[in-house]
Amino acid sequence: MKAASPHGIGETLRACARDPKVIAGGGFVLFLLILALAAPWIAPKDPLEQDLILGATPPLGFAGAQPGNWLGTDDLGRDVLSRAIYGSRIALTVAFVASSLAATLGATLGLLAGWYRGWVDVVISRLVEIWMAFPPVLLSILLVAVVGAGVGSVIGAIVIIDWTRFCRVVRAETMGQARSDYVTAARAIGFPQMRILIREIFPNVLPVLIALISLEMGIAVIVEAILSFVGLSVSSDVPTWGGMIAQGRQILHQGWWVLSTPLLALFLTVLAFNLLGEGLRRALDPVMRR
Amino acid sequence: MNSVAAQRLVMAAVTLLGVATIVFVLLRVVPGDPIAMMISPGATPADIAALRAHYGLDASLPVQFLAWMKDLLRGDFGTSISLHRNVLELLAERLPATLELAAAALVFATCLGGAIAVFATLISDFAIAPLVDAVNGLFLAVPDFIWAFALVLLFGVFLPVLPLSGRIDPGLDERFLTPFYLLESLVTFRLAAVADVTRHMIMPTLALGLPLAAIITRVLKESLREAMVQDYVLLARLKGMSRLRLVLQEALRNAIAPTLALTGVQFTFLIGGTVIVERIFAYPGIGNMAVDAVINRDLPLIQGLALVFGALFIVVNVIVDLLVVAANPRMRNV
Repeated sequence: MKAASPHGIGETLRACARDPKVIAGGGFVLFLLILALAAPWIAPKDPLEQDLILGATPPLGFAGAQPGNWLGTDDLGRDVLSRAIYGSRIALTVAFVASSLAATLGATLGLLAGWYRGWVDVVISRLVEIWMAFPPVLLSILLVAVVGAGVGSVIGAIVIIDWTRFCRVVRAETMGQARSDYVTAARAIGFPQMRILIREIFPNVLPVLIALISLEMGIAVIVEAILSFVGLSVSSDVPTWGGMIAQGRQILHQGWWVLSTPLLALFLTVLAFNLLGEGLRRALDPVMRR
Repeated sequence: MNSVAAQRLVMAAVTLLGVATIVFVLLRVVPGDPIAMMISPGATPADIAALRAHYGLDASLPVQFLAWMKDLLRGDFGTSISLHRNVLELLAERLPATLELAAAALVFATCLGGAIAVFATLISDFAIAPLVDAVNGLFLAVPDFIWAFALVLLFGVFLPVLPLSGRIDPGLDERFLTPFYLLESLVTFRLAAVADVTRHMIMPTLALGLPLAAIITRVLKESLREAMVQDYVLLARLKGMSRLRLVLQEALRNAIAPTLALTGVQFTFLIGGTVIVERIFAYPGIGNMAVDAVINRDLPLIQGLALVFGALFIVVNVIVDLLVVAANPRMRNV
């Protein structure tokens, strides 16, 4: 029954390691992960330490720059580079946790809808359609505003909104897989429904799901930044990229670097997750690989 | 055709009802008391109860829901708690700003995306073709939120030529009869107003339109590539038609239906994107108002806004369905 994946796990990993998009995207994500985990040792300064005398000093290379504040300081004299490094912690936490949970919820419903069809499918698909009639940004702001700000609410909001992405794709994939010969064979042998769904179909839906999770991480990072920007994510003393962007927007003319640094971090992170997702989709798919 | 239209209409109504129900339930089952946000410190419990009754928040949930539905059908959207004004009036004032912005972004994205797709098809045999794909791939990854701030840095700080916020310069003494500033100033030929409104719209339009342009480019280019190898295109080619005419006259016509369908779906995302883009540029549309409404827990206003957004999404979807049928002769008799 393993005929659906003609190549072993070793081969799949080798294909991933050879893919330039996986290398570039995955490399940056790994770099970011190290930054986030080792932030206290890597960041040159304490991200919360204020120095009102050295407020809004520009990055090195510009007139008035302070040695030690490589990317300048914000209006409260806090080191921009250190804050950006610490900001990766919230960004990655939200990215990993929210995507995994949204994927779990969406994939489960998608598998059920695609496999059982009938009324299960009707109910789930209708729900997805109604869900998608909301502007995601508005819905996330709404959810966080009513539940209260905080990382947990941000993650909850992303899961509640974005499970539909996984549900739609996994449902379509499951329907496609359900028509394959190996599923017919499994039915003929008399395997129970649940076993076919979990042991036979799910592994074949997994590559698409993994690629989608990577893309979702990019989206989650943006949503967290948007909510921080609106002031609905973590409290304002915890450095976040969105919070830095909001602050940078306010003091745009005193110090553009307060805005440009977190914006660049956000851009590179979203790009990396996108590259990784696209690369994985290609590398994990035995048909596309050939 | 009529039965299809009727079916779509019923589906639209069901979806809108679903949207209304979800918003209603969501806003009431979760903690957070809108009345608590409006009372002054000296209010007595009797004052609070009176206020609650005034906004109809003292009845049971099903009663509140039915009362709300009944009011909606009569065109009564209630009174905004934070702005103390009729919700329908507020929506009518702000919606045109958002519609003008979304329409501008759609036109911009369609023109840019279409032009790049045609260009990429024309040069598909040259060495720079992969470069166009790579740049487009980059554009596909960048969302409106990042574009907005990149534009703020570019045109607000490094090359300060565009206004950073608002819809029109308050110093410009312009009176408008309708809330459609751009349309009205164009029709009445007031060029100073046209120029000023346009200048305010450039950055939000680019932020919303660039991601959509990248998507249109990708889909249209793929459809054109498929159309270019069809027999009728090859035949036209054999007859000596130039490559440009081949693309524009023969291939484009058949590539348009799939692109239309996808553009429609993406346009609904663009409308959703106005929420944050309007916020960033302090543009006075319904998106910006929605953020304030949510932060102030202004229940009647949030409900009205959610319904407007839901209705916009549904209207766009219906229009797109009809356009796709119109663009594809094979689907006309389904």
